[in-house]
Amino acid sequence: MIEMRGVTVRYGDTVAVDDVRLSLPTEKIYGLLGRNGSGKTSLLSALASYRRPHRGTVLVDGVEAFENPEVMRGTAFIRDTLDLNDSDRVRSALEVAGWLRPTWDAEYAIKLLDIFELDARKRISALSRGQRSMVGVVLGLAARAPLTILDESYLGMDAVARTLFYRELLADYLAHPRTIIVSTHLIEEVADLFERVIIMDRGRILLHDETDALRGRGVTVTGPAERVSAFAAGHAVLGEQSLGGVRAVTLDGRLDPDEIARGERDGLTFGPLGLQDLFVHLTSQRLEVSR
Amino acid sequence: MFHDRSPIYLQIADGIKNDILSGSLREDQQVMSTNQYASFYRINPATAAKGFAQLVDEGVLYKRRGIGMFVSPDAPAKLRAERRERFFAEALEPVLDEAKRVGISVEEITHYLGSRR
Repeated sequence: MIEMRGVTVRYGDTVAVDDVRLSLPTEKIYGLLGRNGSGKTSLLSALASYRRPHRGTVLVDGVEAFENPEVMRGTAFIRDTLDLNDSDRVRSALEVAGWLRPTWDAEYAIKLLDIFELDARKRISALSRGQRSMVGVVLGLAARAPLTILDESYLGMDAVARTLFYRELLADYLAHPRTIIVSTHLIEEVADLFERVIIMDRGRILLHDETDALRGRGVTVTGPAERVSAFAAGHAVLGEQSLGGVRAVTLDGRLDPDEIARGERDGLTFGPLGLQDLFVHLTSQRLEVSR
Repeated sequence: MFHDRSPIYLQIADGIKNDILSGSLREDQQVMSTNQYASFYRINPATAAKGFAQLVDEGVLYKRRGIGMFVSPDAPAKLRAERRERFFAEALEPVLDEAKRVGISVEEITHYLGSRR
């Protein structure tokens, strides 16, 4: 179990992570979603013990993680800066990772370089943005660390590279189950890989649930304005729009089939909400004000 | 393969039921393991496992310890009976509703069905 207990991270007056409590059972793949500036990277830095929280603690299997060498050896935190020197060659970056990590799989690292068509002789400075991200993925996956954190590791990758990344992530997780936390904006293309999803908003955890529980949560109801309003009464409304006499509302939660049948007889139409739309509705401040 | 408008575990369960009804999965035939299924369809194995667990709960699949999961011998007959029960409410009622909206009478429908025989 990985636990965050009342973790707060500040930068001066700005509170990036606000009193977060989170319990993460191990050996699952988590997706961390949130808008720009919602505090994802700060949360992950605290989770990986790269940053000491201003308040609160992070416990890995009941042991305080910060400055604990045992926990740190078992933690791979890949952030977009890569924490490498620009003048290093890819090969030497992998060698260093091999010295530092007892779980490092050098053979797998070579296989991943091959899959991503990366040249191990190149210097980090000579790589494109997408290729730097690929090096991050190689360092993250081949580390086989019990806690693997990939922060926006797809940046700059094209669709083919991202597909290869997701494929390898799943294949290697199936062969070597471990805790993997992936932060991303590209919800729709990776959501199928996540067992659980954590949504952050303005430094807080807005939601932490099984990914599958979010599919089909949220429904849009469209029809004559007054009937839609009557139907929506008593439901949590995530968003609404009107055009002429027609109104469309987005409701949170699952509707009872009888309720839908009744609504349909009343001339209302119902549509399910995709994950991306649900995420947008849940984290959109402008819509929240109108709630 | 999967859409995100309903839980994937339910879509998995429905897919396997359809395979059993169509005969592409037979009685006592072994189904894919959750890991094989997860890697084939590129989904999280816990999600796949939930879909299979649902089918075991419903008696559509049965487990053999250490070997895997198999199609229950009575699954095709049971599923067919269930679907037949739902056919009128779920398949035919919407057709009749639409017919009513556009002004097609029941006589016209029976006439059409008679010509299809």
